[in-house]
Amino acid sequence: MIPFEYRRADDVSAAVDTVARNPTASFLGGGTNLVDHLKLGVATPEHLVDVSRLPLDDIEPGPDGGLRIGATARNSDTAADPDVRSRYPVLAEALLSGASGQLRNLATVGGNLLQRTRCAYFQDVTTPCNKREPGTGCSALEGYQRYHAILGASRHCVATHPSDMAVAMVALDATVHVQGPNGSRSLPAEELHRLPGDEPERDTVLEHGELITAVELPPLPFAANSAYRKVRDRASYAFALVSVAAALDVDDAGTVRDVRIAFGGLAHKPWRAHRAEAALRGGPATDDRAARAAEAELENAEPLAGNAFKIPMARGALTATLRRLSPLPTTR
Amino acid sequence: MRVNLTVNGERRRADDVWEGESLLYVLRERLGLPGSKNACEQGECGSCTVYLDDVPACACLVAAGQAEGREVRTVEGLADGDALDPVQQSFVDAGAVQCGFCTPGLVVAAHDLLRREPDPSDEEIREALAGNLCRCTGYEKILDAVHSAAGAR
Repeated sequence: MIPFEYRRADDVSAAVDTVARNPTASFLGGGTNLVDHLKLGVATPEHLVDVSRLPLDDIEPGPDGGLRIGATARNSDTAADPDVRSRYPVLAEALLSGASGQLRNLATVGGNLLQRTRCAYFQDVTTPCNKREPGTGCSALEGYQRYHAILGASRHCVATHPSDMAVAMVALDATVHVQGPNGSRSLPAEELHRLPGDEPERDTVLEHGELITAVELPPLPFAANSAYRKVRDRASYAFALVSVAAALDVDDAGTVRDVRIAFGGLAHKPWRAHRAEAALRGGPATDDRAARAAEAELENAEPLAGNAFKIPMARGALTATLRRLSPLPTTR
Repeated sequence: MRVNLTVNGERRRADDVWEGESLLYVLRERLGLPGSKNACEQGECGSCTVYLDDVPACACLVAAGQAEGREVRTVEGLADGDALDPVQQSFVDAGAVQCGFCTPGLVVAAHDLLRREPDPSDEEIREALAGNLCRCTGYEKILDAVHSAAGAR
């Protein structure tokens, strides 16, 4: 670990100014990812600005009837919030499927969004990795690929984004509020993370010094009928091979009026499944239509030798998730 | 830097702390509390679990400066003098301790579970202890110990 200066921020503007002015400075949230990276040598900031105690941990109704979740709200508190549980169960389930209790008690909403890939090569400073050290190559292309991307990857990087929470937020059409050196802005959660292209070192569209201050969920009544399904190598405490966040709105005849779907574990970002959503609207949410919707979404998938299993796994995960949300009797 | 915190009900101060130290390091090496164990150092094994402001956390992932002004309760703070906490006694009685390295973290995590859920099912225990790895016991005796502690409370 290289020496660094630690400073706790008292207000948002000062934190933003401090980091924005210094290219070797980083924000520190709950620490569950960055403190680990300091030890591993994956991250080498010279200044840490601790934003975890900024007064941004409120979870309160948004101006339009949605829910505004402050960036320093702990994952465990967000998952336990009565409004999150009743109005957006997909988010509570996603949060509780991630990490362990000890980590959820530390992790913050903002930090969770900005956590970095768990690609083994990214975290191992002795191996080439374009995300950690641009231009050195991608070790996963000829290596261990079980957790890697099948959608939207590039020859420079095939890493996946590890957050469960972010997948639910993308499915819910959440908005991310950001404050930076040039003022504040808001962007759709779907546009926060980027595909690797030829700049895999950039996980998100945020500029240096921009700080996430809140995430806002829109009022989406049918999100009360939503769920998160995570498929992994053990029953708990593992990253997703594939995950699905879905919210379903069906009428009395069983026809899908509206649906929101996002996949985790498939790409460098939470993957909003617009094609699958379009394929499902206007007909019943049967297993068969769910499977075809997944296939429509995955039509352009480019699996690696070590992760082609993710295509049928994603199909199965979507089918099972929609089955859980559908009031249809078993006319499957 | 100097770090002031409350540990097991006492105000403590650690001087000359390097910014790169973790709360776990401060507890073990500067405050003489080696109960919390240093195993994976990356939040995966739970051996360093302590209460931080009354919720369990991996002390290895808390940068020393982040502990300033906060309240910590370690495994050493669970017993009442010489009388072990029921969770500790149950771990001893059930034979849930083999090499013992994971035990302090498991004891704190199980203690927290029983505060929230006095009579947990096997499934609830497994989920609550998912962040604590044990490589010796196979977990069966640990499940027995938690059930037994639930009965003793």
